[in-house]
Amino acid sequence: MPQQVSRVVVRFAGDSGDGMQLTGNRLGADSARQGNDIVTLPDFPAEIRAPQGSLGGVSSFQVHFADRDIVTPGEDLDVLVAMNPAALKVHLSALRRGGVVVTDTAEYTRRNLAHAGYEHNPLEDGSLDAWQVVALDLTAITTTAVKEFGLGRKATARTRNMLALGLISWLYSRDLSPTLAWLRDKFAGNPAVRDANIAALNAGWNYGENTETFSVRYEVAPATLPTGRYRQISGNQAMALGLMTAARLAGLQLYLGAYPITPASDLLHELSRRKSFGVLTFQAEDEIAAVGAALGASFGGSLGVCTTSGPGFTLKQEMINLAVMTELPLVVVDVQRAGPSTGMPTKTEQSDLLQALWGRNGESPVPVIAASSPSDCFAAAVDACRIALEHRTPVVVLSDAYLANGSEPWLVPDLASMRPIDPKFATAPNSEDGTFLPYERDPITLDRPWAIPGTPGLEHRLGGLEKLDGKGDISYAPDNHDRMTRLRADRIARIPVPDARLDDPSGAARVAVVGWGSTWGSITAAVQRVRELGRPIAQIHLRHLNPLPANLGDLLHRYERVIVPEINLGQLATVLRARYLVDAQPWNRLRGLPLSVSELTEHLIATLEEADRD
Amino acid sequence: MTDPHALVGGLAGVPLALEPLTRKSFTSDQEVRWCPGCGDYAVLNAVQALLPELGIARENTVVISGIGCSSRFPYYVNSYGLHSIHGRALTIATGLAMTRPDLAIMVATGDGDALSIGGNHLVHALRRNINLTVVLFNNRIYGLTKGQFSPTSELGKVTKSSPMGSVDVPLNAVSLALGSEATFVARSIDSDRAHLTSVLRAAFEHRGSSLVEVYQNCPIFNDGAWDDLTNPGGDGLIKLEHGEPIVTASGATGVVRDPATGELTLAPVAEVGLDAVLRHDAHRTDPTFAFALSRLTDSGRMRQSPVGIFRDVDRPAFDDLARQQIATEIGHNGPVSPDDDAEAATDEALQALLTGDDTWVLD
Repeated sequence: MPQQVSRVVVRFAGDSGDGMQLTGNRLGADSARQGNDIVTLPDFPAEIRAPQGSLGGVSSFQVHFADRDIVTPGEDLDVLVAMNPAALKVHLSALRRGGVVVTDTAEYTRRNLAHAGYEHNPLEDGSLDAWQVVALDLTAITTTAVKEFGLGRKATARTRNMLALGLISWLYSRDLSPTLAWLRDKFAGNPAVRDANIAALNAGWNYGENTETFSVRYEVAPATLPTGRYRQISGNQAMALGLMTAARLAGLQLYLGAYPITPASDLLHELSRRKSFGVLTFQAEDEIAAVGAALGASFGGSLGVCTTSGPGFTLKQEMINLAVMTELPLVVVDVQRAGPSTGMPTKTEQSDLLQALWGRNGESPVPVIAASSPSDCFAAAVDACRIALEHRTPVVVLSDAYLANGSEPWLVPDLASMRPIDPKFATAPNSEDGTFLPYERDPITLDRPWAIPGTPGLEHRLGGLEKLDGKGDISYAPDNHDRMTRLRADRIARIPVPDARLDDPSGAARVAVVGWGSTWGSITAAVQRVRELGRPIAQIHLRHLNPLPANLGDLLHRYERVIVPEINLGQLATVLRARYLVDAQPWNRLRGLPLSVSELTEHLIATLEEADRD
Repeated sequence: MTDPHALVGGLAGVPLALEPLTRKSFTSDQEVRWCPGCGDYAVLNAVQALLPELGIARENTVVISGIGCSSRFPYYVNSYGLHSIHGRALTIATGLAMTRPDLAIMVATGDGDALSIGGNHLVHALRRNINLTVVLFNNRIYGLTKGQFSPTSELGKVTKSSPMGSVDVPLNAVSLALGSEATFVARSIDSDRAHLTSVLRAAFEHRGSSLVEVYQNCPIFNDGAWDDLTNPGGDGLIKLEHGEPIVTASGATGVVRDPATGELTLAPVAEVGLDAVLRHDAHRTDPTFAFALSRLTDSGRMRQSPVGIFRDVDRPAFDDLARQQIATEIGHNGPVSPDDDAEAATDEALQALLTGDDTWVLD
């Protein structure tokens, strides 16, 4: 009888070419199909193929699956699959005491051990006694299992990941059929590779079944999530679908200007495949051309979007400012990564907030929206496009490497029930003398009318020079500049955003935790743990960073202490302190990874205890 | 059924004006703010006179510029316009051209704007062959920022930022354009209105990227830069006319090929005879000849330079190709019968994409 467990964290780690990302993805997909909730965390080096067996070349993929709603990829590993000594060296510290480590003995050569910095073979020197070590010659087992398909040595080695997946699938009673179907489909054109992978997967399962490698098997029951149709989705996929959906809701062509940059390139790849939906993509010569082309498309009445990451975002600022001055729609997606400069391109961070808010010359107000989970990238994209089109403004959407590549089950949205977006193109003059005033203001929103080229009678010129209020001519008049600066600020401040949602179930909390973006999962999990200990604590998570929710100041002032956990050095904390005169306390870790739930939990409990003593 | 009056080439797809337009139709209410004697006036006048002759609707005409004196151009043309940021006009024009085949797009740019800060965009716009016309005002100086040397200034140029003389070697815009795979490359000069107009017309009518470099005088910071080309008695302009012998304005000097090296040189026609003078062919697919002609331009004090259309060849335009791919794919949105509402079919297809092909139901 398999033993029931509530949740499991598995990490696959190996060389960049060992197929760890794919293996983890499949375990996640199979688990989601069994009704578990899942959260995944890919982690890989920037090098496509780092030196084999080296510490720097280790790529990993973590899967957290559970019988309940989970919000993080998990921390203490239950299982580590380490394909070589380097992977063991890098990841062993994350494995809980007593956890299972599966590794390939064939890889423990003198050379590989030296590469990994082991003086002695850890499989033999007793240094792994605290864990359940399953040391198998995966290479030999795989070679035997796939021999009949006539693959070369290299191709044979590449099926080791399926053997490992089969073994872990048996251990946790995972249904193999979705992955079998996936293999048949993916390698339909290459029967030898297809059959070898299937054989390796089955061999792994059978190895678990027929040997007494594991003393016990586990089961994870389905989770109780809202009913409906689900699919698995990554942040970048959800973002791309959100942009397409927004264009459809607005009845406009989606135009993407982009330049390849990690971790945003998948947005360009995804949208380049959507020509049948009329999506026009442009791989520009550089980041500036990408955003310029997107603004040009917007000027012509399309939904102009560009997607990038930190360094590219920096290069786009001047063009974003032109969109501020000309009051044209533009959506800029910044999939943040660890900086500064080139930083760590494949690692996550949320350190572009202040750049998004204030990184341009002059007073340059721009709405900023942050996604909080991989599937939430969809709604964030739709929201951003709606604001950009309806209010004629550039909008920045902040995602990050963790959201972009992480995945989770997603309740498929119903297109028919989504509110249309109205770009409200101007078609007639708007002044008494029959001329068109491009900077005439709507009395409520203060937004200007948007007339696109091809509209007879409304010909006008836009530009980056200061505009005369109303008429839009160039103006250097002192008072006009003061007025226009305030108008630009006011109209963005007037954009309606939903109130911040306060999560304070007991109503007795004295400490509030405020976050934004991808830290939602870590903060939520830490808050849950604190509450499970019987300590009340409040949580607020922000989607809109500009304008901020109207009720936020009042909420913050209700609490004795406000903690702001961020993967930066306190950027939101800076904003909250400046804006609300609240003593917001930053808590920051920048490791290129999601915030550690246990570390944050400890910090929150310490803060609560401090508050009790005061 | 094609409209017999529909425009072709660079203006294909742009709606015709419903009533005859005049120069005045394209003159905006803005006061022109260039210095007296600036060469930009000549280009503005030529463009405002040419646009109504093209027969296109005013509302479908767009002028986009960057930063610099010449980049004020859009304000003075009564059509749609965008005065953008330094060096980036071509990027904006690219997005506009890709999404709006019904617009005639002109980009106004200067030597600093197009060849310094915007050099990369110029190279790639020409390489892609996007359907638009670039007018590059070359006065060999930075005017708006008050007189620094530019990427076309001659070596040794003394300016505020180069008091001992510039040590920068100048760039030849026509050579650069030809090296960038441009399909239409021409040069004209502000002092010859008829020539300027004919070159601009050919540029607008060419499908793909057209580059027209205009030698333009800056009376304040670089007065007389082109005088040696146009001086009475001077004979520095080498006229390029397709099919005609390549000779200077007076006809006294012609372009010949050195039999030993294959290089092009100038020789007195009286000595070599008109038969030895090369005839111009702007339509050669290979750009070698056009490039060799472009090298006859002086890089220092400007005493000789070819003007006219160096190259005018057909190659599919980037934006046409991009739209064709979409037109091809758009029919693949699942089985759409003639009775189906196309809109509904797209909604259905998008819902199917949102759903994906790997779902599970929790009930």
